[in-house]
Amino acid sequence: MAARDRPEHQAPPEIFYNETEARKYTSNSRMIEIQEKLSQRAIELLALPEDTPCYILDIGCGSGLSGECLTDNGHVWVGLDISPHMLEVAREREVEGDLVHGDIGYGMPFRPGSFDGAISISALQWLCNADKKYHKPHKRLYTFFSTLYACLSRGARAVFQFYPENSAQVELITSQSMRAGFTGGLVVDFPNSAKAKKMFLCLFAGGGHQQLPQGLGTESDSDVKNQAGNSARQRWKDKKSAKFSRDWILEKKEKRRKQGRDVPTDSKYTARKRKTLASRR
Amino acid sequence: MKLLTHNMLTSNIIKGVTKGFPLVINPSRVEVQEVDFNPDFITRVLPKLDFTALKQAATQVGHADKLPEALPETADFGEDLQKTLHHVLLQVEVLEGELVCPETGRKFPISNGIPNMLLNEDEVS
Repeated sequence: MAARDRPEHQAPPEIFYNETEARKYTSNSRMIEIQEKLSQRAIELLALPEDTPCYILDIGCGSGLSGECLTDNGHVWVGLDISPHMLEVAREREVEGDLVHGDIGYGMPFRPGSFDGAISISALQWLCNADKKYHKPHKRLYTFFSTLYACLSRGARAVFQFYPENSAQVELITSQSMRAGFTGGLVVDFPNSAKAKKMFLCLFAGGGHQQLPQGLGTESDSDVKNQAGNSARQRWKDKKSAKFSRDWILEKKEKRRKQGRDVPTDSKYTARKRKTLASRR
Repeated sequence: MKLLTHNMLTSNIIKGVTKGFPLVINPSRVEVQEVDFNPDFITRVLPKLDFTALKQAATQVGHADKLPEALPETADFGEDLQKTLHHVLLQVEVLEGELVCPETGRKFPISNGIPNMLLNEDEVS
């Protein structure tokens, strides 16, 4: 994702997720599908006891897509979000969970030991931004993690899927979570793929030693790796147009246009073969 | 807002508030919504509950008539009590009203069933 596309650079979450943006989460089937997949994986990483209905906190629940996944898995949940419009959409969708309007950077307004686990889909990166002049990201992250630690029962897990902007952000987030007493760390699914790569911060709130789960697509088997490498190279080759073809020239012009350069407009003459001298006579 | 959520909510994120529990409910509209009965969940969530606070909250919203004064000591509750707890915890829904912090008197409005726990910068520690 290019830096300028990141929503958290455009406006604070309570402003960015306005009515139009919130509407997308009910109408855009692609967005819904992605959210569902991420939620399913996050719930898997929570490693809750089987066939037991648990009480789960959904941090940055938005329109309740992740919550619906929790409901499908038989859990009861409470969602917390800062955007009133997203919560409005969640109400309209008649999600089963209860909703609370709040800012996670000010801490979790819950009693100690309330929840059996917490999930959060694409919300954590918002905390790394200073949207108000008095916002200090490291302090907000620390308040968030320490109050979250308190409201989880011992041995519970918190799984955050997030889109870090750079490695400094990952470092900031993990260090603040460890300071708050959590153990655990990053689980990266499909680390070799630019598109399918997904980061999950998997945290444990006390309760003895727990093994960090393995990311998907990280089999150390060399054959698998080779295959993946080959196919990736093949795909790259397929994606590129043949050199000097019309498509290749159009792509090149488009790239330059994006760089803000002066580029002649495309027309039916673009990349047309020149007539040979013989035919002109 | 369900009373189960209320039983977990505190206002201890406000600067200087130590416990912030239980929040007082001033309801203006309360509804009962049908939720599937799940005895396993009730059993699981019981140890986390503060029963005194639940009884108090149920009284405030006017649904306390069937709740006993205290929970029986035995682990097995029988279906009747479980159903009552299910009703009070998950089916009673406060749609409009406000929550009041027991220590500072700070009010948190509830609109459309969503309590607004947002704070101002000067209220946060």
